[in-house]
Amino acid sequence: MENKQDTVLQIEHLTVCYETEDATVQAVNDISFTLQAGKTLGLVGETGAGKTTTALSVLRLVPEPPGNVSGRVLLNGRDIYQVKKSDLDQIRGKEVSMIFQDPMTVLNPVFTVGKQIAECFEIHEHCSKHEAMEKAAQMLKLVGISPERLHEYPHQFSGGMKQRVVIAIALACNPSLLIADEPTTALDVTIQAQVLQLMRQLKEKSQMAMIMITHDLGIVAEICDQVAVMYAGRIVEMGTLEDVFRRTKHPYTEGLFHSIPNIFNRQEELKPIPGRMPNPTDLPPGCAFAPRCAYAVEQCRKQLPTLQPCSESHRVACIRYAEPGFRVERSRGV
Amino acid sequence: MYRYVVKRLLMLLLVILGVSFLIYAIMDLAPGDPVWQILGEDATQEEYEAMRAELGFDRPLIIRYGDYMWGLLHGDLGYSYKYSMDVMELYLSRLPATLLLALSATIVSTLISLPLGIYAALRQGSWQDNVTAEFSVLGLATPNFWVGLMLIIIFSLHLGWFHSGGFTSWQDVILPAITVGTGHTALTTRTTRSSMIDVIRQDYLMLARAKGVSEKKVIRRHALKNALIPIITATGIQFTGSLGGSVITESVFSWPGVGRLVVDAIKSQDIDTVTGSIIMTAMITSIILLIVDLLYAFVDPRIKAQYNK
Repeated sequence: MENKQDTVLQIEHLTVCYETEDATVQAVNDISFTLQAGKTLGLVGETGAGKTTTALSVLRLVPEPPGNVSGRVLLNGRDIYQVKKSDLDQIRGKEVSMIFQDPMTVLNPVFTVGKQIAECFEIHEHCSKHEAMEKAAQMLKLVGISPERLHEYPHQFSGGMKQRVVIAIALACNPSLLIADEPTTALDVTIQAQVLQLMRQLKEKSQMAMIMITHDLGIVAEICDQVAVMYAGRIVEMGTLEDVFRRTKHPYTEGLFHSIPNIFNRQEELKPIPGRMPNPTDLPPGCAFAPRCAYAVEQCRKQLPTLQPCSESHRVACIRYAEPGFRVERSRGV
Repeated sequence: MYRYVVKRLLMLLLVILGVSFLIYAIMDLAPGDPVWQILGEDATQEEYEAMRAELGFDRPLIIRYGDYMWGLLHGDLGYSYKYSMDVMELYLSRLPATLLLALSATIVSTLISLPLGIYAALRQGSWQDNVTAEFSVLGLATPNFWVGLMLIIIFSLHLGWFHSGGFTSWQDVILPAITVGTGHTALTTRTTRSSMIDVIRQDYLMLARAKGVSEKKVIRRHALKNALIPIITATGIQFTGSLGGSVITESVFSWPGVGRLVVDAIKSQDIDTVTGSIIMTAMITSIILLIVDLLYAFVDPRIKAQYNK
């Protein structure tokens, strides 16, 4: 058991729904996990699984209304849903910061990149404008951009360069937690590698904890220590990288792996998961994955599975593990 | 930027050429005869012919126009026989009052519509938003002269706070400015609202919040500057609109502005005054629209980059 001091983020029973006029969208359903300093958690799942909503709720950035958040989010021991709104501005950007998905749209087009980085220092370190600009120049250098470009505007930068600026903003005040929401999805492949490389380097320098949201298992394998697989707003499997990749438990996780082309056997056909994710306004009563699951039995459609430990670090939400000897195909013979 | 300005100024010459010819031709086609207006009904035919020749009306339209443009090139807008003075001098004597009214009306309208529009945008769909919308429609639907008259009745007649008309002291601009300004609030409030609604959904505001920027600053600094372009456009158009003279308001308040000058000149067929004033107004309007376009560059660096191309 790790020292409690080292726990950066503790999420307990986080539930987020969006109330619309004719339905309630259940974006995140009762998820809990903790994250230690220096560790990277990969949050994996397909579009609409609730990954981004989970991330936004850690910063208390889910718009309320229509959003409705319940549960506890403890950041460095403090429940951010209990702090005053004015204190929130001191936490955001300082204790936790976020890299957003699309670097093309997250930089403010009417301010220079220098100013946008410097703003972090002005807010959190109460620097003078001049001092903040100097620090912003250092940040640019850190992410591999010439400090001469400090006074340029976002439209003068390429996509990969913009994402570097976004990273500089996120890391400016040495946050203890960084949430990266698909930081490479909007970039082309060569740039993706550069940005990932950069993030890994920067992370190694600090004791920062990180949540890496992605649907790319390759990225997870490269950068994460722990993995949580989300499906329809729930965590269905969680464990160390080894646990989830080598001793895959959940049928959905297995489906994700089967959807990746195997470069060693190009003849092999992909086995995509049949069907679609259930409508989040109308989740089935039992396991949300049951309608698409090859292993589903009658009981799966009735009983809601909860995360059950299957080793010290590994947990899975699948009722079939109550049957002795049950294994998904991928883990047979492991 | 420099080249852009020069290009725009050259286009301004074309505008002036077009406007002046149009006005000149229309005034020529208009019913009534300026010569009779000057001489009065009792003049003899000989006197009429003599005056007509003296004023140059016996020459063809195109020659007279050319003559007028030659004068314009030398800064001569013609001579007003009604006021017996140089049109340029006459126009410039009226311009300050009009500029003052246009400027203060714009200030009034901005002070009301900017906060109102932002407020409505932040509470989109709420009852407060609907009230603002109704208020805007009301402002749009209420005739200016009625607002002016009501202001006079309340603040001049009953309360005695202001003069009911004329321009003798600085306070005199307040009531006309409110009259013209409230007429403008409807459009600028709606423009501010819709422009802000576009902007508050943008991702970069989310990033600003994630950085720890306070909500107040997110709106005032990060959002407003991005929403400003349509607001500047609407304000610019209304400002130039009131430069042509808020004729009705100027009449209600006996305001000595350009609008009333032109209307009086049209009534008395004072061709040179009409033509000269309208050319001047067209010129000033074009220049202000150019300034508005240049303002864009200061608000949005992407537009500046385009101008520099």
